[in-house]
Amino acid sequence: MAGAEGDDSLYPIAVLIDELRNEDVQLRLNSIKKLSTIALALEVERTRTELLPFLTDTIYDEDEVLLALAEQLGSFTVLVGGPEFVHCLLPPLESLATVEETVVRDKAVESLRKISQEHSPVDLEVHFVPLVKRLASGDWFTSRTSACGLFSVCYPHVSSTVKAEIRQHFRTLCSDDTPMVRRAASSKLGEFAKVLELDYVKSDIIPLFTALASDEQDSVRLLAVESGVSIATLLPQEDLEDLVMPTLRQAAEDKSWRVRYMVADKFSELQKAVGPEITKNDLVPAFQNLLKDCEAEVRTAAANKVKVFCESLPEDSRETIIMTHILPCVKELVSDTNQHVKSALASVIMGLSTILGKDNTVEHLLPLFLVQLKDEYPEVRLNIISNLDCVNEVIGIRQLSQSLLPAIVELAEDAKWRVRLAIIEYMPLLAGQLGVEFFDEKLNSLCMAWLIDHVYAIREAATCNLMKLVEKFGAEWAQNTIVPKVLGMANDSNYLHRMTTLFCINALSEVCGQEITTKHMLPVVLKMSTDQVANVRFNVARCLQKIGPVLDSSALQAEVKPVLEKLATDQDMDVKYFALDAISVITLINGHAVYDSM
Amino acid sequence: MSSGYLFVLRGFFCLIIKDGNLSLSLRLLVPRHSSNGDRTPDQEQFNQRVFPRFVSVCPTVFLFPLCSPLWMPSPALNTSSSYWSRPMQVFTKTKSEINLFFNLVCDPADVISTVEFNQTGEFLATGDKGGRVVIFQREPQGEYNVYSTFQSHEPEFDYLKSFEIEEKINKIRWLPPHNPAHFLLSTNDKTVKLWKVSEKDKRAEGYNLRDEEGRLKDLSTITTLQVPVLRPMDLLVEASPRRVFANAHAYHINSISVNSDCETYLSADDLRINLWHLNITDRSFNIVDLKPENMEDLSEVITVAEFHPHHCHLLAFSSSTGTTRLCDMRARALCDQHAKLFEEAVDPSRQSFFSEIVSSVSDVKFSHSGRYLLTRDYLTVKVWDLNMENKPMETYQVHDYLRTKLCSLYESDCIFDKFECAWNGTDSVIMTGAYNNYFRMFDRASLRDVTLEASREVCKRRAVLQPRRVCVGKKRKETDVSVDSLDFRKKILHTAWHPKENIIAIAASNNLYIFQDRLTPNGHHNTPEIQSAM
Repeated sequence: MAGAEGDDSLYPIAVLIDELRNEDVQLRLNSIKKLSTIALALEVERTRTELLPFLTDTIYDEDEVLLALAEQLGSFTVLVGGPEFVHCLLPPLESLATVEETVVRDKAVESLRKISQEHSPVDLEVHFVPLVKRLASGDWFTSRTSACGLFSVCYPHVSSTVKAEIRQHFRTLCSDDTPMVRRAASSKLGEFAKVLELDYVKSDIIPLFTALASDEQDSVRLLAVESGVSIATLLPQEDLEDLVMPTLRQAAEDKSWRVRYMVADKFSELQKAVGPEITKNDLVPAFQNLLKDCEAEVRTAAANKVKVFCESLPEDSRETIIMTHILPCVKELVSDTNQHVKSALASVIMGLSTILGKDNTVEHLLPLFLVQLKDEYPEVRLNIISNLDCVNEVIGIRQLSQSLLPAIVELAEDAKWRVRLAIIEYMPLLAGQLGVEFFDEKLNSLCMAWLIDHVYAIREAATCNLMKLVEKFGAEWAQNTIVPKVLGMANDSNYLHRMTTLFCINALSEVCGQEITTKHMLPVVLKMSTDQVANVRFNVARCLQKIGPVLDSSALQAEVKPVLEKLATDQDMDVKYFALDAISVITLINGHAVYDSM
Repeated sequence: MSSGYLFVLRGFFCLIIKDGNLSLSLRLLVPRHSSNGDRTPDQEQFNQRVFPRFVSVCPTVFLFPLCSPLWMPSPALNTSSSYWSRPMQVFTKTKSEINLFFNLVCDPADVISTVEFNQTGEFLATGDKGGRVVIFQREPQGEYNVYSTFQSHEPEFDYLKSFEIEEKINKIRWLPPHNPAHFLLSTNDKTVKLWKVSEKDKRAEGYNLRDEEGRLKDLSTITTLQVPVLRPMDLLVEASPRRVFANAHAYHINSISVNSDCETYLSADDLRINLWHLNITDRSFNIVDLKPENMEDLSEVITVAEFHPHHCHLLAFSSSTGTTRLCDMRARALCDQHAKLFEEAVDPSRQSFFSEIVSSVSDVKFSHSGRYLLTRDYLTVKVWDLNMENKPMETYQVHDYLRTKLCSLYESDCIFDKFECAWNGTDSVIMTGAYNNYFRMFDRASLRDVTLEASREVCKRRAVLQPRRVCVGKKRKETDVSVDSLDFRKKILHTAWHPKENIIAIAASNNLYIFQDRLTPNGHHNTPEIQSAM
């Protein structure tokens, strides 16, 4: 009897195991993702002796299956019998760490790093370190690149002789023949340095860093930059100048733009790592050079860092450095030939105003903002507009408003609808900054004009924008300024505009509240139910369904229901459908309302 | 002291599979006499004495299509169709079984469109107009056998632009070895694909719910779970597409080249060069763009682009105007401005209507050392020193006698043929193709040259592969061929030289010839003696 019962419970597991090698990748993937279920059913002993050896050899599968397998094995410790047996997981992960697919290798390394924490120091030396050594001296670059990521996790827990061997292996990989391995070593150098004793950092890591940073392949050199930053954080201040700075200085002036780009990209981390003194003496001139670089990509990366760099300058000399060294470069960038440089600058330049204070902003930065607001590329202007809040805090927006308006109007009427869409999204922010008065006077007409844009996406965004404006300025403002205009469109000869009215009502009813909705909007909607265009009629039905919750139950019963019932007998299929749909929803709401009132 | 050249060409072997008598044994080319290394100033005499005369023992020409199970006709088709004749031979390779068929009519789809050795020379890949890739592996005895065949590209139709996309393989490039599998990039006009060719020799056995024949088991008999076990099986070579790099080229892709950093490669079309990361298929960076704002101002197109073999930042591309430009990717992200321009001033007195057409560069190859550039135009091959831009170091005439025939070559469109060129492993000899199934070799040290012919008529059993001579005017010798009798339909466009040894692969229409340097006539494989040119 027990046997028969066993069959039943075995069956799903048996299916899972069989599907481990089903022809369909999706089924194999499903099965691999439930590997823990299989292992649980097999119990620890059979998992170790049968399942894992099988998995070790199935490395010919599709990448996604291997990826899932590599991930699963990272949390398999319990299923093989706990930390005592964790080393059983090493063989399958080792073979996964040598496949050609980078994502699979990376995942296998990640899992190996994870389970390395579960090894006892003895197991680490007996099982894990030999694996790292095997990978490090493998025939194929794939295994050697994987080894680079494993040194740092076992180093802290092993004896000093093993430590020396590990250091030796790492040294060898740093001068590997293939650039792939040198790249892997270069990117892991910083991480490895962190676990090394300071003396070894100085005696081992620094020469490796210097060598990698002057590798013949720029793809290796650029990775060394990031490692350099990590190494710099480890060294005492007095050693930085001798050990790291010459190399970093050289990297900032590298012949290859990709290396300089990397320096620019990591500049704020670098600044933090080397401290204020070196920043003042070395990094400021280097940053100036990067801002003036001949390659636009480098200038873009540097321009992106202007604000963060200035913020982190030592406070005592911050203003002088910015005014005398950085600002002149920034001024040049404002009229750069490359639009990406200008737009990167535009996204951070407003941030400088908080650092420099009111007077400097008005005198030096404001002219730059104004130039950028008139830039030929919409992205530049948009970036300035999207960061207006920073300036507002310092000098108030009035200073800018005269130039702001033409820029906004121009963007609002840009030929590219994506640009128009972008400026619509900033409207609520602008409205908040500029205040209701200015808005009514200058921008309201724009917002209304968007409602009849010929691109649907713009009309839709404009509708949404109205809702946000009402949230900011209140229902009363809506009743006076927006609602009449929106309702006016209900009589437009273009049915698309009539539909826009309905969409606006959908969006506005909730924020405007019951009174305005019942009194002003509802009559218009009901009137539109006799529109000759079916699209309008079924949108009336949808609109009524939408605003139903806002209305009170008497209005629903007396006014909405008859109209919907009439629409439900419409000749048009779709109108009928939406009307019936609305009736069922509204009856439900009404029922609740009645219930609530009882 | 003899130059390397004397040894380089001595005792070439010819490996051919021939339709009539398809056997894969090696054909030995026995040098009729070995050179003692002394040179005579007389060019012709020199050729006769120095260039070995090859003797073929048993002909084996790789005649396309080579059929693998991938597109092998069904047995029924085999017996009934006259198009496919009976299988010539079913032979068992040491590891896997591949059936070979031959085809009497040369289908245009079988014309070989590219030939490429891998980095070790152990593998040779060919692509054809039918979108197929055939990979040959060198056996321990030295002969090349079919290793894998697969359909790389299929014909497609671009519905937006309303044109057909041919499946023809324009270029194949091998990736440096990763792991036991082999990787190569193949491209047609629009799409680059990364292929993995791997071996599989294990199979899982043992199902829970089915027996080995696939029948469902009685559920009541299942009392324990069974974990599958891997057992050895016959070796299976699989080719699987790993990545497809599409939708980045508006024009026809003419070259692909893998960077020495092993993580990027370039693809070049008529007007643009794009840089790809091998792991990323959804974006590429445009690094060169020659497209003028107004297409009427178009004055040149890119013909070939190649990365430097060692410096990951250097790339060379050539144009239809006969110039080759070297770009430094370190200097700028966009390489529209070149670092160097290799161009030879044209003698105004020799200018003609055809000057520009014949100066169009059809192939560019960096030397293995990375110091020199080899360029092929219609009539010449030139060697450039990267440090000298204004004129080539060496210029070799490939078929100067055609200079008077350009008009008729233009009319037959032959003048637009794109001949490729190749370096030998030590950069001392240059090889390139010509018409009439001839191919030319030039020794750089001695400035000697030779014309050889790859055709099935010549590669007869025990026949001597004679150096050929094309004469203008009266024949001096019986073996001489007059210019007027050259067959311009038989052309050797694609050639490849083994990266280390003296083995060359020559594609002539749907035939692939592999010649191999052997020093001893008794079939023992000796490492050919290669000396660098002095």
